[in-house]
Amino acid sequence: MLDSLSAETLARAQFAFTVSFHIVFPAFSIGLASFLAVLNGLWLRSRDATYLALFDYWKKIFAVAFGMGVVSGIVMSYQFGTNWSVFSDLAGPVVGPLMAYEVLSAFFLEAGFLGIMLFGRKRVGDRLHMFATAMVAVGTLISATWILSVNSWMQTPAGFAINEAGQFIPVDWMEIVFNPSFPYRLLHMVLAAYLTTAFVVGGVGALHLLRDRRDATARRMFSMAMWMAALVTPVQIFAGDLHGLNTLEHQPVKVMAMEGHYDSHPDGAPLILFGWPNAAEKRVDYAVEIPNLSSLILKHDWNAPLDGLDTVPDADEPPVAIVFWSFRIMVGLGFAMLGVGLFSLFQRLRGRLYDAPWLHRAALLMGPSGFVAVLAGWVTTEVGRQPFTVYGLLRTSDSLAPVAAPAVATSLLMFIIVYFFVFGAGVFYILRLMNRSALAAMPDDDDGPLRAAGPVSRPHKDGEAHHAV
Amino acid sequence: MPFDLAFVWAGLIAFAVLTYVVLDGFDLGIGILFPTGRSRDDRDVMMNAVAPVWDGNETWLVLGGGGLFAVFPLAYAVVMPALYMPITLMLLALVFRGVAFEFRWRTERWKGVWDVAFFGGSTLAALCQGIALGALVQGIEVQGRAYAGGWWDWLTPFSLLTGVALVAGYALLGATWLVLKTEGPLQARMRGYAFRLGIVTLAFIGAVSLLTPFQDPVYFQRWFNLPGSLYTFVVPVLMLGATWLLYSGLRRRSDLQPFLAALGMFVLSFIGIGISFYPMMVPPGLTIAEAAAPDESLGFALVGALILIPIILAYTAYAYWVFRGKVRVGDGYH
Ligand code: HDD
Ligand code: HEM
Ligand code: HEM
Repeated sequence: MLDSLSAETLARAQFAFTVSFHIVFPAFSIGLASFLAVLNGLWLRSRDATYLALFDYWKKIFAVAFGMGVVSGIVMSYQFGTNWSVFSDLAGPVVGPLMAYEVLSAFFLEAGFLGIMLFGRKRVGDRLHMFATAMVAVGTLISATWILSVNSWMQTPAGFAINEAGQFIPVDWMEIVFNPSFPYRLLHMVLAAYLTTAFVVGGVGALHLLRDRRDATARRMFSMAMWMAALVTPVQIFAGDLHGLNTLEHQPVKVMAMEGHYDSHPDGAPLILFGWPNAAEKRVDYAVEIPNLSSLILKHDWNAPLDGLDTVPDADEPPVAIVFWSFRIMVGLGFAMLGVGLFSLFQRLRGRLYDAPWLHRAALLMGPSGFVAVLAGWVTTEVGRQPFTVYGLLRTSDSLAPVAAPAVATSLLMFIIVYFFVFGAGVFYILRLMNRSALAAMPDDDDGPLRAAGPVSRPHKDGEAHHAV
Repeated sequence: MPFDLAFVWAGLIAFAVLTYVVLDGFDLGIGILFPTGRSRDDRDVMMNAVAPVWDGNETWLVLGGGGLFAVFPLAYAVVMPALYMPITLMLLALVFRGVAFEFRWRTERWKGVWDVAFFGGSTLAALCQGIALGALVQGIEVQGRAYAGGWWDWLTPFSLLTGVALVAGYALLGATWLVLKTEGPLQARMRGYAFRLGIVTLAFIGAVSLLTPFQDPVYFQRWFNLPGSLYTFVVPVLMLGATWLLYSGLRRRSDLQPFLAALGMFVLSFIGIGISFYPMMVPPGLTIAEAAAPDESLGFALVGALILIPIILAYTAYAYWVFRGKVRVGDGYH
């Protein structure tokens, strides 16, 4: 079946497949690295053993996720050459140095201090161990900065010229790095990583609260996660709105696809909540829409005119249905997250944060929501800019490596088999670690003083034995 | 010769690749030797001899590839499609050996599976790297700005020979690293392996060196005409010296000397390849100057490299220093 497809389709499928696996791990480890640094700092300041137990608990999960992020990321950096060599030759002079900076300033930093963070507390002492933990967190953020600069430049290219060989040549590095969509994408992605982690931590906390609401470690992590959910989600929605306005300015065709606007609306465009994009007929069937709201959101004016895809040549249009749906999934999850955040705030004010089974069930259900939203967001961004790799300038079909379709098909098949096997096992190990309570890592009472173990009771050592609810 | 950014960068990339080869070489070598660990304790110690540093070691590979993309995009764009299969297999192999570091501590039932993954991944990655090197030495067919050959061109007896040679060489590095990091019966056994692997590696280096000049008339000229033929004497003599140091170190039961000597053998082989290649980036036709990105790219990246590489080397050295000394059973955080 695979060999009936063109090398281009196969290479796109391979890139989408491998990068989708990859982004799941960084989205989690960016947030988790910061969370670990915070936990370690709180432990050093308060000497509250709950923080140390949580640090050791999440550290193991981090190590597994980080390892998978590294190996899937190395695949990405070579895939530009193997499958998109023409893109590499032409865009390399601009995006290559940014990626080199990512390696030099971020990957080495993370990798160099990871060993000390995982293995070295006893060897280097608390202070240097804290420093190493912070460096790992900083490294993940620097990495996100560079790679998003690269991706944003491909979306909104700036600061370059084109030479005789057709290569993009850098003219102004500041304009390249700080290209128009970069600040919005960086903010939105980093917040997305934090939210993803917050909901995972909240989900795990909720699971153990449902089993035993006196579990001190579960209480602590649940409370921390719900603060993040309540405070960061509104910021993320605001950032997403700004991001969309920026996209409207620089990539209006993408916004037309996101909104499902096949037709132009000279006097106010409706917001289509749901519907079924019909590519053949170029309209959205069964549309549920609110008149003029799209114009209000995008132009801050009820009656502002908005162009539709009828103004764009067919050959320059992205696949509308994918973009339309992935955007709705992301936004829908964003509002669901807001709902959980507000619900938790309400229960917290009533003093019932730990005795609210419905809140805990909702948080457990929303545990994986960040991953889905991140993937949906990237699909919106990436599919929405098709058919270009460098927006408006270099077509995807002109970026391809001169590799025969059977070679790409073979490697795609190998990636699919290996990734599902290896990362499937990794996810299973992570879930199994999460299924245990962090209480197991708490010192016994007679081991030493234990302050602030929670108002209700002392922690249990036998976390495994509790399967209440 | 005027100050030329492209040549500075060629030197830096060569440095990154060499650093990768020697650092990840001993990691992969330990993977290759993994089945020789007789007990679970043996294997735990072997793995923990590199667990805190392997990620940093592998990052040099990302710098080698990413650096090539940044400063020699044309070379990156012809080499990667030409080596499509060995590179893809190497990446998949690195997936297996990379996750094994964490996975094998997370399961009892499947521990054996990840032990095999560690061994198989390390061996296949080493083999593919050696094959890629051999294929590069043979030369890559370029037309215009693109690779012009098929997807099996890399597979020849010569590239298979370099592949197996690198597996043996990495195993030697791994064995000498374990001589440095372990003690007791495990160390004694590794000393024995290092002894035998030293001979095997030297034989492979000899075979590859004899065949290389015949892969391309330019190499032949380089090695057998003056002034190049001076190297023809110096490099092999130094190689014999390094080998002698390896054996005297093993016989004296020195912990460190065998490892340093094995490193020396790698550095010398690398210099030998450099002599053959220069001034080509991708033999037979693509020179360093032709493959280079414009000066704006080279200069911008060079600023970062000159500031950051010394810092990287400093904290890498610190990390090695933190984990100095012998590895014992039960070390690790798992
Ligand atoms: C550095 C650049 C870069 C970055 C950070 C990303 N992508 Fe991308 N993406 C590309 C560079 C790119 C590309 C090289 O430009 C591709 C390959 C083929 C194409 O059309 O664009 C692409 C295609 C592509 C496609 C296929 C689109 C299609 O063929 O219709 C998907 C689904 C994604 N990407 C998804 C993602 C996800 C989930 C990312 C999150 C990490 C992501 N991309 C980050
Ligand atoms: C297609 C584009 C991408 C490429 C080529 C790429 C490349 C890589 C590589 C080579 C590594 C391993 C580095 C090591 O050895 O430690 C890595 C890891 C990482 N990447 Fe990506 N990456 C891409 C997309 C992204 C995106 C979009 C983000 C975040 C916004 C990101 C964030 C990270 C982080 C934080 C790590 C560290 C490992 C981890 O957290 O699991 N990457 N990436
Ligand atoms: C509900 C409010 C949200 C709005 C209005 C919104 C808006 C947007 C827009 C317009 C884009 C496309 C940008 C472009 O390429 O042109 C985008 C991308 C993205 N979104 Fe959202 N978003 C929201 C919520 C979320 C949430 C909750 C997450 C994850 C936790 C998320 C993660 C992402 C990611 C990862 C991308 C791709 C990277 C990027 O372009 O920044 N979004 N978002």
